[in-house]
Amino acid sequence: MTNDIIWKLIIVFGVLFVTLNVAAGLIWLERRLLALWQDRYGPNRVGPFGLLQVLADMVKVFTKEDWIPPFADKPVFIIAPAIIVVTIITAFAVIPFAPGVEIVDLNIGLLFFLAMSSLGVYSVALGGWSSASKYSLLGGLRAAAQMLSYEVFMGLSLMGVVMLAGSFNLTDIVNAQKGLWFCIPQFLGLVVFFIAGIAETHRLPFDLPEAESELVAGFHSEYSGMKFGMFFVGEYLGITLVSALIVTLFFGGWMGPALPPIVWFTIKTFFFIGLFILLRASLPRPRYDQLMSYGWKVMLPLALLNLLVTGGIILATGR
Amino acid sequence: MNTPFYIAAAVAVISTFMVITRRNAVHALLYLIVSLLSVALIFFLLGAPFVAALEIIIYAGAIMVLFVFVIMMLNLGPQSTEMERRWLTPEIWVGPTILTALLAAELLYVLVRVQVRPSDINVITPKQVGIALLGPYVLGVELASLLLLAGLVGAFHLGRREKSDGGGRA
Repeated sequence: MTNDIIWKLIIVFGVLFVTLNVAAGLIWLERRLLALWQDRYGPNRVGPFGLLQVLADMVKVFTKEDWIPPFADKPVFIIAPAIIVVTIITAFAVIPFAPGVEIVDLNIGLLFFLAMSSLGVYSVALGGWSSASKYSLLGGLRAAAQMLSYEVFMGLSLMGVVMLAGSFNLTDIVNAQKGLWFCIPQFLGLVVFFIAGIAETHRLPFDLPEAESELVAGFHSEYSGMKFGMFFVGEYLGITLVSALIVTLFFGGWMGPALPPIVWFTIKTFFFIGLFILLRASLPRPRYDQLMSYGWKVMLPLALLNLLVTGGIILATGR
Repeated sequence: MNTPFYIAAAVAVISTFMVITRRNAVHALLYLIVSLLSVALIFFLLGAPFVAALEIIIYAGAIMVLFVFVIMMLNLGPQSTEMERRWLTPEIWVGPTILTALLAAELLYVLVRVQVRPSDINVITPKQVGIALLGPYVLGVELASLLLLAGLVGAFHLGRREKSDGGGRA
């Protein structure tokens, strides 16, 4: 019993430590990769390969003046950046990193992730509202509408996986992928989920809530110091979470030959994080109405079609 | 088992009380979200994890976001808080207080007279919920979907772009 509790505590703190460090490290990784794809060096001065740049950035963001605008709604302004970090870290609780290495084995694991990601919207919307600045408000409005719309078919795109696996439990879903990863029978679901994941983490090309060329810095225009840092870390945590989920749901989770499970999980997750960064480096930002009509007129019918076909095939083959 | 339930219940009651006493609309909404989250926790503790997840996804995560969205658009300033202050006079509380006191008395009576023993909690899985919804309760599901369709058609009608205004795109 005591051993059990200690083992759980090790996993909990391990997951916290690793995810937060990965999120911080991604700042460096993103800048280096962007530089690589744009034929320049990127941060390469601090430490070997510029690796200590992360540390320098942290020192900078922690020692900056933490300014709350006098016109802001103070309690909401302070709580908003915390919401996104808390909800995303909580969602990591249901992800099976390797057999036995997960925090809770919840039978509604997938729904738990959807619940947490839907609560994350508040961070951006309230951050934008409480700043009492027009750019922030516009960013917050865009974020609320965008995340609400893309959440609809984010959930729908995953239901094909649930039907094939017959469970909301993420460990069961990984085990159901022995032999054939779901990225092949659920290719449409994978594409829809990936695009919805980009919109949920509001990354380029769907970073309309920030859109620095039109809205200064969007919803976090008025934030400074570590409060801005929280939004930043929350964004990278979101990328890591969506990548880890894509791996879990569509690419067989920890499964793979020769190497230990946790290594396979890490390799696959970093592949998708790289893909997120490549998208940022290569795609332009759409107009806001294009984003919305693309979501409702293309992605939603695709997700429904995927659901219909998957259901029909399961019914016909009688699995 | 009981302690988490009472904590969640207390949070639900206190936050719901805060919802009706706040003068700032967004603060009231935030307390409402907390209240919904604690109710979801209660569902979870009572062995209904599926309902708990749906409560968070649909109520706290979608409907409340729409509320926040609308209030953000309305741009309520200090004037509206001042208006709320004038509206929330002590005499307004009299009626609701009497009614809720009656309900509270009835609740106390039921708690004292009827022996409530903690029932065996069996966890309802999502599969059982699905079988129940599309089995005996399929009529309810169909009626709800009809209602939603009517709402959708209504929203489409209201949001339709007028064709006659010349300059606008159809």
